[in-house]
Amino acid sequence: MSAPIISVRDLFHRYGDFTAVDGISFEVSEGEIFSFLGPNGAGKSTAINVLITLLPLQQGSATVAGFHVAKDPERVRESIGIVFQDVTLDRDMTCREILEFHGHLYKMPNAERKERIEELLALVQLEGKQDTRTKNLSGGMKRRLEIARGLMTRPRVLFLDEPTIGLDPQTRMRMWEYIKAVNREGTTIFLTTHYMDEADHLSDRISIIDKGQIIATGTPAELKNTLGEDLIYLETSDGAGTRKILSDMDMVKHITQKPNGIVAMLNGDGTKILPMIIEALSLEGIRVNAVNLKKPSMDDVFVHYTGRELRDEGAEKPSTAVTRAGRR
Amino acid sequence: MHLGFLTIFWRDMLRFYRFKTLLISSLVQPALWMAFFGIAMSSNFNRFTSEIPPLPGVPTVDYLTFMAAGVIAMTTLFTNLFGGMSLLFDKNWGLMREIFASPLPRNHIIFGIALSGMTKSFIQAIIIMVFGILIGAQFFFGYTAIETFLAILGILLFVAVFSLGFLFLSAAIAISLESPEGMQGIMTLLTMPIFFASNALYPIDAFPPALQALSLINPLTYLVTGIRYFAIGGDFQAIGIHYQFTPIQIVFAFLFLVGFAAIMFAIAWWRFRKAVVT
Repeated sequence: MSAPIISVRDLFHRYGDFTAVDGISFEVSEGEIFSFLGPNGAGKSTAINVLITLLPLQQGSATVAGFHVAKDPERVRESIGIVFQDVTLDRDMTCREILEFHGHLYKMPNAERKERIEELLALVQLEGKQDTRTKNLSGGMKRRLEIARGLMTRPRVLFLDEPTIGLDPQTRMRMWEYIKAVNREGTTIFLTTHYMDEADHLSDRISIIDKGQIIATGTPAELKNTLGEDLIYLETSDGAGTRKILSDMDMVKHITQKPNGIVAMLNGDGTKILPMIIEALSLEGIRVNAVNLKKPSMDDVFVHYTGRELRDEGAEKPSTAVTRAGRR
Repeated sequence: MHLGFLTIFWRDMLRFYRFKTLLISSLVQPALWMAFFGIAMSSNFNRFTSEIPPLPGVPTVDYLTFMAAGVIAMTTLFTNLFGGMSLLFDKNWGLMREIFASPLPRNHIIFGIALSGMTKSFIQAIIIMVFGILIGAQFFFGYTAIETFLAILGILLFVAVFSLGFLFLSAAIAISLESPEGMQGIMTLLTMPIFFASNALYPIDAFPPALQALSLINPLTYLVTGIRYFAIGGDFQAIGIHYQFTPIQIVFAFLFLVGFAAIMFAIAWWRFRKAVVT
C-alpha cells in the first residue's frame, strides 16, 4: 500500500461543551474511495471541515496530501477539491463563469483554465448549459457542476460531503457513475454519507462514525462479514447427513431446517466457507442441488454498530481485525 | 503578486451589472435625490437666504450647487455601507465557503469587494455631477478644462478613500453577522447619525456643541468638504455662510479619511481572520 494521502490521528473537535468529533484516527490510501458513513449529526461534516481547513484544528493531527492542515493549510488547499453539502453556487452566474471564477481563485494559468473547463463540462455533460445561469439548472445538474468545479485544479483528493442528498434515485445513480469515473482517473475520493446503499455501492473502504467516534472500518464486504451472520441455504440429496456434517463445522453457528433444505448461519466469511461445505458434502457423497448465499446488507451492519443493541451492551468494543482505526 | 482580489472584484461587478434592477436603481436614485429633494429644498433655501445681504467680493452659490456635493457624499456612503451585504449573502447561500477554502488570502476578499464598491461610487459620482450640472448646479464654474479635470480627479480621490473606509466597515459587519435583517438594522442605525450629523445638506455652524463635535469626527463631513473644495472652490458663500477652505484643511480632511480607512481595514482584517464559514 502506498503512503496514506489522508492521515488523521486522535482528532477532537468541540463546539463549546459539545464534542462533535471525539478522538478519531484513520488513514486513506491514494486512489481509493473512502466513506464516512453515519447518521446526521455524527460529526462527519465537522471532521471533513477540519480536513479541508475551513475549521481550525483543535486537537490531534491531520495531514492531507502530505501537508499538515494547521501548519500548511495553503498547500492542503491547493491539493484538494471540495463539493460542499449544500449547493454553493451563485444563482446569477453561468456554469462557465462558476468554473472561471474557481480557476482564478486557484491562480490557474489562462490556457490551462480554458482547456480544463471544456474537459470538465464534457465530463459532467453540461456542454450545452455553459451559458445558462445556475438558477435555471436542475438539482442534478447543479451537483454535476459542483463536481466539475471541485475537479478544476486536478486535485489529488476530492472531498464530497453528502453528494447525493436531495436528489432523486435516478439522478443519484448517475452521480455515482460520475464519482466512479473520476476515481478511475486517479483522484482519491473522500465521501461522507448517511445513505447505506451509497457507501456500499461506491466505497473501497468505509468508516462507520457515530457520536463523533469511528466504531468500525473496513471494506463493505469486511464490514458485512464482521456480523458473522452470512446465511447459506442448501438443498441436498441427504438432509440428515448434511445436518450432521454442518453441525460438526466450527464456522457454522446455527442450523435451521426448512421444508426443502437447510439454512446455516455462519460465523465467518460465507464466500470462503461455502466451498468448504460443498467439498465436505461431496466427500461424503452428498450431492448439492441448490445453494444460495445471502450476505447481510449495509443496513444490518449499520444497525449492528450504531443501533440500540450495541449501546445497550454498553461500551463494548466492536470485534475483530477490520477495526483498524477504532476508538480508544 | 497574487491578483486574487481582481477575481472577487470581477465577480462582484458581474453581479452589479447582471442585476438590472440593482444597477438601474443605484444609478437613478442619486439623480432622483437631486431632482426632487435638491430642487424642492433649493427653492426654499434660496427664498430664505435672499434676505441676507451677500458678502461683497465673495462668489455666491445657490443651494442646489451646495447640496449636490452632499448628494455625492450621501450616495457614496449608502453604496458602500451596504456594499458588504453581498458578502453576507455569499456566506449564507453563496460562494463564501468556496472562497474561504481556496488558497486566496482573505485580505483579498476585502480588497476585491472594496475595489468594487469604489468603482460603483465613481460611476455614481460622475452621474450625479453630470446630472447636477444639467439641472443647474454650478460645479466647476469658471474653471478651465484642465482645472475641471484636476478637480474631478480630486473629487474621485476623496470618494475613493471614503468608499474604502465604509466598505471595510461594511465587510467587517457582514462577515460577523448571520442574518441580512440584522445587517439591515445596523446599517439603518448607522446611516441616520452619519448622514444628518454632517455638513451634507446644511451648514454645521449652527449645530448645538454636542452635535457639532459629532459632525467633526464624522468622515462624511470631510468627504463633503473635499468635494466642495474641488467642485466649487476654496472661497464661496452659500445659505448666508462664508466658506473658506485652505489647502491645509483639505489635506487634513484627506488624511482624516485615510486614517479612517486604515482603522476600518484593521477591523475588517481582524474579523476576516477570525471568521469561520462552514
